[in-house]
Amino acid sequence: MNLQGRSVTLHDMCLRDGMHPKQHQITVEQMVDIAGALDEAGVPLIEVTHGDGLGGASVNYGFPHASDETYLRAVVDCVKQSAISALLLPGIGTVDHLRMAADCGVKTIRVATHCTEANVSRQHIALSRELGLDTVGFLMMAHMVSAEDVLEQARLMESYGANCIYCTDSAGYMLPQDVTDRVTLLRRELNSDTEIGFHGHHNLAMGVANSLAAIAAGADRIDGSAAGLGAGAGNTPLEAMAAVLDRMGAITGVDIFKLADAAEEHVLPIMDEPVRLSRDALVLGYAGAYSSFLLFAKRAQAKYGVPSHEILLEMARRRTVGGQEDLIEEIAIEMASKAS
Amino acid sequence: MKTKAKAAIIGPGNIGTDLLMKCQRSQFIEATWMIGIEDSAGIQRAREFGLRTSTDGVDGLVAGFSESPVDFVFDATSAYVHAENSRKVTALGATMIDLTPAAIGPFCIPPVNLDSLLSTEPADNVNMVTCGGQATIPMVYAVSRVQAVSYAEIVATVASKSVGMGTRDNIDEFTRTTSSAISRIGGADEGKAIIIINPAEPPLVMRDTIHCLTKETPNEADLRASIDRMVREVQGYVPGYTLNNAPIIDGNRVTISVEVEGLGDFLPKYAGNLDIMTAAGLRTAEMMAQRQQREGSPT
Repeated sequence: MNLQGRSVTLHDMCLRDGMHPKQHQITVEQMVDIAGALDEAGVPLIEVTHGDGLGGASVNYGFPHASDETYLRAVVDCVKQSAISALLLPGIGTVDHLRMAADCGVKTIRVATHCTEANVSRQHIALSRELGLDTVGFLMMAHMVSAEDVLEQARLMESYGANCIYCTDSAGYMLPQDVTDRVTLLRRELNSDTEIGFHGHHNLAMGVANSLAAIAAGADRIDGSAAGLGAGAGNTPLEAMAAVLDRMGAITGVDIFKLADAAEEHVLPIMDEPVRLSRDALVLGYAGAYSSFLLFAKRAQAKYGVPSHEILLEMARRRTVGGQEDLIEEIAIEMASKAS
Repeated sequence: MKTKAKAAIIGPGNIGTDLLMKCQRSQFIEATWMIGIEDSAGIQRAREFGLRTSTDGVDGLVAGFSESPVDFVFDATSAYVHAENSRKVTALGATMIDLTPAAIGPFCIPPVNLDSLLSTEPADNVNMVTCGGQATIPMVYAVSRVQAVSYAEIVATVASKSVGMGTRDNIDEFTRTTSSAISRIGGADEGKAIIIINPAEPPLVMRDTIHCLTKETPNEADLRASIDRMVREVQGYVPGYTLNNAPIIDGNRVTISVEVEGLGDFLPKYAGNLDIMTAAGLRTAEMMAQRQQREGSPT
């Protein structure tokens, strides 16, 4: 694989996807501290939002320590060179949230839908583009459909105005060939000025390998997370990704040692427990379930006495999609009543 | 023998056709018009059922109204075109039952506030909120009538195949309208709505989770009785409305989960989200028609 001279935009997730393992309780001070360290390391894009995107504050997904607006204003103010992005899931967040984020100074909006439901994103993508923002269409759980199906949905998002399309491995299920197939087709068929991105989870420890496959197939943007802080076994560890790309001669503009400092000294200390490839995370990646289900399954295990990995397997078996956290408690109750 | 009230249906798609089939069984409402914008399969089907049809939109109804007047008009189009439809229809003196999320008229969730809507000055336009609202607000109200609810949140999970382009083009309208009705009709101080679309095959039956945060410690016995009573009321017009489990009570959180299977008149059974809209819309018109007959108001 020759990536010599390739330019890659690294996008940090620890202040958005990392909100999942933190149960959305990262404080404003911690956000500012971590964003400052990532900014210092030259990470070009940092995502800051509730784990489930703008407007995710809820009984269903968890109420955050502070509002999206409070987080965004604080972080936008503290960074010198990084741009700040925000995630929006239509059906959870609305264009009102999008306008608020733009008003806070967010430069990138990522509009996320399940990989077959892109046509719910038209109004959000169109508005983001109209506001002059870098506008990303983010196709989640992209392992569940073929490369051709991903392309069809990507074309919709492109037609609404997205200037970048993501192939998103929300379950950490994909293997490098899965990534190659999807990204190759997107690169070949989308407009040449539309960027392609890849978002990985490390549930099968494939975060870096899959991201390399994506870049080799034509991806321009790669998501990762300092110290891997993200749902499931976390995201692609960003400092490892940056180091690997540096060794391969690709250009990221990131200072590897400063990024490693950010991970070690700023992100690691805030973890409630180590983000690791646990049995539950392995099941997410092996069976293909949405990574943020993990903590919900653990809480259901504690309450109903059924194994969390069995709950996650059942969630995968039912072909659930992102956002169906409310089914977890019900499945646990069903399993507990069958067991008794 | 009492004559049935007459109704027009705007929108000959899946929802309009399902509503037509429900009207065929109604003792109080007779569908006499189907309004579309082209000679579609739905228009042809309505013609076979013996309805008058228009392919010029609501203007066709306006033109033929004196010859074939109606008491009620169901709008099963989209929020984008509802305002104009409503203006033209109410000018004719017919009552608009709005199945779009436009929400020009007062919200109507039949087992919650239809009685009070009927007891006040009759509105010329009532709005059926959203599918998620029809499925969940009865449960929010079943809790709030027992004890004060500071916050209610609903999560509607629906099959991809049951979500039409009208909803997809303007999914925020679903979120906003449902949230607003959760507080105004459901009785919670604050409301929030979330919709999740799942493409699994075979399509999943509509499933809704209702989370209520009560101000005082939940009174389990009273809540269960109130919830059971409300489930039976909804089953009066949507027989496939069922509680999945006993309500979960955790601190001051009361979580209720329901499944909504439709009758399968024209829409498939999994599309309980659409069935509950057409059933609630028809029920609203039926109750209004009965009241008009009792009061002998001209129809």
